[in-house]
Amino acid sequence: MSNAKSGARNPDWLYLPLLGGVAIVIGWALVSSSVAESLPSPLRTWQISKPYILAPFEKRGELDQGILRFTWYSLIRVAKGYSLAIVVGTPIGFFLGVSTLFAKSFDPIIQILRPVSPLAWLPLGLVLFGKPEPAGIFTIAMCSMWPTVLNTALGVRSIPQDYLNVAKVLRLSRGKTLVKVLLPAALPYMFTGFRLSLGIAWLVIVAAEMLTGAPGVGGFLWQEYNALIYEHIILCIITIGFVGFLLDRLMSGLEARLKIA
Amino acid sequence: MAFLELRGVCKSYGQGPEESHVLKGIDLGVEKGEFVAIVGYSGAGKTTLISIIAGLLAPDRGDVTLDGRAIREPGPDRGVVFQNYSLLPWLDVFHNIYLAVDQVFADWSVEKKKEHTRKYVAMVNLTPASQKRPAELSGGMRQRVAVARALAMEPEVLLLDEPLGALDALTRATLQAELARIHQVSKKTVILITNDVDEGLLLADRIVPLGAAPAASLGPSFSVDIERPRDRKAMNHDPRFKALRTGVIEWLVESAAERRRRRPVEGATKAAEMSSNPEMAYEQEVP
Repeated sequence: MSNAKSGARNPDWLYLPLLGGVAIVIGWALVSSSVAESLPSPLRTWQISKPYILAPFEKRGELDQGILRFTWYSLIRVAKGYSLAIVVGTPIGFFLGVSTLFAKSFDPIIQILRPVSPLAWLPLGLVLFGKPEPAGIFTIAMCSMWPTVLNTALGVRSIPQDYLNVAKVLRLSRGKTLVKVLLPAALPYMFTGFRLSLGIAWLVIVAAEMLTGAPGVGGFLWQEYNALIYEHIILCIITIGFVGFLLDRLMSGLEARLKIA
Repeated sequence: MAFLELRGVCKSYGQGPEESHVLKGIDLGVEKGEFVAIVGYSGAGKTTLISIIAGLLAPDRGDVTLDGRAIREPGPDRGVVFQNYSLLPWLDVFHNIYLAVDQVFADWSVEKKKEHTRKYVAMVNLTPASQKRPAELSGGMRQRVAVARALAMEPEVLLLDEPLGALDALTRATLQAELARIHQVSKKTVILITNDVDEGLLLADRIVPLGAAPAASLGPSFSVDIERPRDRKAMNHDPRFKALRTGVIEWLVESAAERRRRRPVEGATKAAEMSSNPEMAYEQEVP
């Protein structure tokens, strides 16, 4: 935020990142022309990737589509898994926050499940659902749920006693206390959880698509690796990074609007 | 029987050897329309006392009755103004008050509830700030919102827990005048908790000192038989003011000295350490 403020006065925010980007591309070009022969050069990457970037929504075949079309498939899949994570994770977090009994019973289990890699969940999803598509969504949900759970619980726990006293003095019903006091008070924390969850969901998509071969930016990456078109691997990496960055910015923007000083 | 009555109220926190007595044998009767100031050291249990009257805490022993009915839980008959305002930061001034109005007068029409809310916003002179959120208000303005919220519930008793403690001296004086005016207009029963004897002298019909911790109990009543409106400047010269102030302060100092003498017997609790030096008193929050 302070960044944007100073940016109004001087264009540091524009040309410094550009400078950094140019430096990285030069470094990349040097590495690919000297030590790493198999790493495609920037120029070659651009040439080979051009049809996928310039016609980003083109569908030439099941395995041959514009990069944004693949990204779109991935985003849909992420949206499904992420929604599931939010829908399941928020109430769990809420219960963890309000009930010490519930927190003591389930917190250790959550701490154990939280670091489990998507690569471990996916086979279980395949066993459970038989098909790759729901297995992928299951994996995304299982991995991205935890920040939402933990931050919602934290948000509910950090509601100041003052607000609860207000609810008590006004004798708000349980439902009204939830809607008028607990939810708005915990919302900024919850949104931090939502943002972190979305980041993880986007991380997981690549792994899920690689393993299931589903069409999407991760699936495309793996397929092009098998097809020995390494330039497209780089194209995919850059795309994944950009999309992840944009998603995070989007959520940060929403989060900032919810913050109340 | 008095309108609001406390009989033999005791409260301690913790258990066994850890147990610390906060209030012991509190007796207090407040008549309808009376303005009573309870003056005491920081950490003496003033907030605990008001929480018990508000129904937020249950006493270990003793009874609290309002108009003959026992107090067991919070209710709209007792409007509380908390020490730290306790406004909901995501609601603007109007809606902070409307939330209370909507709850207490649930059967009114929306327009009537809004009108009622606007009336109380105006009463504390905040109509121009009606759309602002608490973060955009000064401390004094926030406290006025909290007062308006409590008054808008049209409670029978108004409980003020050091409402002006966090404000600078000038704002404090302004709000004291405002409280005096509101009390004159509304004729509500008011219990004001404060650590400022002069605030009590300025506003109250009667001052009751709360002794030093631990196991604080109330001292004798000091009636403030001085006509209203009271002049802040006269307080430094008027012999009646001076006599009352001296009386209250002497009782408080004596109570602290007595606690100090008893300390070796009762065990050196933190609270007793504090009360031994009223100059350095700080607020001990209720756990």
